[in-house]
Amino acid sequence: MNEAYFYATCLVDLFYPEAGMAGIELLQDAGVRVIFPQGQTCCGQPAFNCGYWEEAREVARTQVALFPRDLPVILPSGSCAGMMKVHYPELFHGQPDEAQVRAFSGRVYELTQYLVDVLHVKLTDLGEPVKVTWHSSCHAVRDLGLKGEPQSLLSQLSNVELAPLVREHECCGFGGTFSVRQPEISGAMSCDKAADAEATGASVILSTDGGCLLNVNGTLEAKRSPLRVQHIAEFLRERTHAR
Amino acid sequence: MSDARTAILGRLRASGETGPLPALDTAVLERRQWPAAERVVRLRKGMEAVHTEFLEATPATWPAVVRSFCDREDLKNLLFGPTSEAGAALAAAWAPGGTQLMPYDRPVEAFKDELFTGVDAGFTGTVGGIAETGGVLLMPGPAEPRLMSLVPPIHLALLWASTIQDSFWAAVKNLGWGRALPPNALMISGPSKTADIEQTLAYGVHGPKRLIVVLVDDLNQDPIHNPTMPREG
Amino acid sequence: MHAETEIHFRDAAAKALLDPQLRANFRRAMDGLITKRKAQFPDPRDLQDLRDLSTAIRSRSLLALPELLEQFEANCTKNGVRVHWAETCEQGNELILGILRSKGAKTLVKGKSMVSEEMHLNDFLESKGIEALESDLGEYIIQLDGETPSHIIMPAIHKNKNQIARQFSQKIKDAKYTEDVDELTAMARKVLRQKFLDADAGLSGVNFAVAETGTLCLVENEGNGRMSTHVPPLHIAVMGLEKVVATLEDVAPLYAILTRSATGQAVSTYFNLITAPRGAGEKDGPREVHVVILDNGRSRIYADPQLRATLRCIRCGACMNHCPVYTRVGGHAYEAVYPGPIGKILTPQMEGVGVRHDLIHGSSLCGACAEVCPVEIPIPEILVRLRREATHEDVGSNVAGRGTGRTATEDWAWRIWAGVLKRPALYRMASWFATRFGKALPASAPLIKHWTQTRSKPIPAHRSLHEQVRAKGVPHV
Repeated sequence: MNEAYFYATCLVDLFYPEAGMAGIELLQDAGVRVIFPQGQTCCGQPAFNCGYWEEAREVARTQVALFPRDLPVILPSGSCAGMMKVHYPELFHGQPDEAQVRAFSGRVYELTQYLVDVLHVKLTDLGEPVKVTWHSSCHAVRDLGLKGEPQSLLSQLSNVELAPLVREHECCGFGGTFSVRQPEISGAMSCDKAADAEATGASVILSTDGGCLLNVNGTLEAKRSPLRVQHIAEFLRERTHAR
Repeated sequence: MSDARTAILGRLRASGETGPLPALDTAVLERRQWPAAERVVRLRKGMEAVHTEFLEATPATWPAVVRSFCDREDLKNLLFGPTSEAGAALAAAWAPGGTQLMPYDRPVEAFKDELFTGVDAGFTGTVGGIAETGGVLLMPGPAEPRLMSLVPPIHLALLWASTIQDSFWAAVKNLGWGRALPPNALMISGPSKTADIEQTLAYGVHGPKRLIVVLVDDLNQDPIHNPTMPREG
Repeated sequence: MHAETEIHFRDAAAKALLDPQLRANFRRAMDGLITKRKAQFPDPRDLQDLRDLSTAIRSRSLLALPELLEQFEANCTKNGVRVHWAETCEQGNELILGILRSKGAKTLVKGKSMVSEEMHLNDFLESKGIEALESDLGEYIIQLDGETPSHIIMPAIHKNKNQIARQFSQKIKDAKYTEDVDELTAMARKVLRQKFLDADAGLSGVNFAVAETGTLCLVENEGNGRMSTHVPPLHIAVMGLEKVVATLEDVAPLYAILTRSATGQAVSTYFNLITAPRGAGEKDGPREVHVVILDNGRSRIYADPQLRATLRCIRCGACMNHCPVYTRVGGHAYEAVYPGPIGKILTPQMEGVGVRHDLIHGSSLCGACAEVCPVEIPIPEILVRLRREATHEDVGSNVAGRGTGRTATEDWAWRIWAGVLKRPALYRMASWFATRFGKALPASAPLIKHWTQTRSKPIPAHRSLHEQVRAKGVPHV
């Protein structure tokens, strides 16, 4: 039987649970028995990025221990998937449980990665015509090496028009603690990303990452923009399911 | 400060790892290879893109081509190296009247002001060219001093097509520069330029305002000169 | 305890962000450089191969650094080039002063050298009665205004045409006001020509130093470098000790990737190889050539296997051209000789990670820099390491200022964070509070208030995913 673990990530858990649920359902639609260990909390990235590696390890260890079976671990976040896949081995280098953590890291996938590269899902668009734009999360592309999986899913939806951002790959300014340590710079980046998105004429801006969405949404709301943000998991599920 | 030297080298040695050196895979450089005729085309394209001018010539006609250019441009004088192979050949073929050939035959201190303000153009040979990007290679020295290709506002450079190398890397190897370099050697790709003002290209900053390559087509005959040897007399 | 003299990047950045002219100038300039670089690398495989080769060459050079420096020195000496070593900028400045004084030199004309900026050489020489005049057009422009460079390749990139036109008409004798770039350039050419003629000495940097031949390789477009190094009777070159490579063949791919990465040029106007002073029979060239090799903290960086990657840098500037932070705040906001991403890792290692703690955190770790670095310096990874060094004192570390950025507040914050997140029951409680009462958190609360400067307050969902998953009966094993 096709089974896989699902890891919420703290941002999706608290701010975009509907995206998490949509991700689970997309996997279930594709015939995967999704397992959600309830003890999961956070991948530990904030502490890692700030140099508090002992604290990051403490938390990371507890996460790894929740996923003992040799099954894929799927995350609705490029940033957190990158943390678990790329940075956990760095963080646990020289630690007694390094081998165990490496084995875990080898099973980590971002959601669109898993849908496209492993499940080869075929989607049918049931929605009305809509214009969307895509924000490419930095860590998803540069850390994790996402190569167009989200776009290939969107291109399967016949009524969805993808209007690209002028600066699709430019950072939105979230950067985790960066958004509060350097609020002026972060705000400027977020403003530019929001303006870029508005200029496309899209009605929604999509991304793989909750941090990016939270950040850009905050700016859009402050500007009272009609442009919405949405996690790609939620968008895909909505489009492929009759209401 | 030998104390500084000892301290610095000591610190570097104390912390250096001695491990196997990473292998160098030069395939990316080796792939840059073209037949001789294509090398000419590429060099010309690369250099014309940065405002280099070309005059075509054959082994027999190049001195006359240089002379025509000087007449057309109404140049008062042309600085040249009388003891270089190219310079001597030019002088031998130079008809009297019109542009004066001015020999660079004494130390610069003897005529610095004149060099900076009274010379219209300089003529030098080259030891090769670079096909990949465009560029001519020079080895200044006693016969053709360094400032000839720098100070006068026009630089005429004699380039034999058979001496064009695929790339700078190939040139370094084929010319043996890694073993022996003169006090000064250089590559020139065009007239001097800058983009420091609003990233807008402006030509003729401190170096020559014009670079004219006299391209001698010697490809269809036995090359008169060994393309790997420097050209100076 | 924060170091007393901590430099707050955030403040300088905030000020720069409010300057629409600055933002427009940089955006336009960076966009141009990004486009030009991209056009030089049409084949991704070819680009990666060139990057890999360049990285390997620089790594090898660093591994053999002491031997290569000795070989370089031996060959320079054999060729008649005098080699000097300076541990600090002060030593370097004194060495240069000594050389200049030994020839009675009163005027120095400079090709472009970032190391000389690092040494604050111009100010030092001025204080000793020696005029140091910049001849690179960008450096000349900023010297007229008494400014420092805002970019390592294009020092006047923060200025637009009108600003330069106004400056030239005010500061250059008999100059009329013109915004025509060719006319402005011709003005500078005229002024500087006389300076090249008259200068007692010329100073240059070194792009690559070749050990096997004792050669200084200089990359330039304007011709001022050749003027500065060939016309005056004395040439002094300054270089960081990391600049040496083993062979002239090694230089070829580095040169190729440098010009393409820096300004999107396949090749510079001039690639000048200096191996000796005026040779026997030569009629021009300097009578004396000196090289000053500067440490200034580089050997300390070298000692750390991970941080050593910082020294691979070939000073192309591609990192800052692609940096979303640099594009918006410009180079001066960094208040450092080297701005941009390379500056963010180099400056703290030279000046102290506590003093520069804010700079180390002035990055979203987006990775755009590492993606384009020709020698694959993992800048975000090094930033995370430096954030570690700022707040901890790890055994075996020799990073300058380590631990001086630590605060009790931050220590406690992360301890509490870890305490909650490794206990599912505590996390469940915290998330229950967040989902039920999070929207009541005032926008002025700590951290929230930083968020809400430009964004609406983030409101947690009504029920967490944990709860929804439980309610839906998704299996947990």
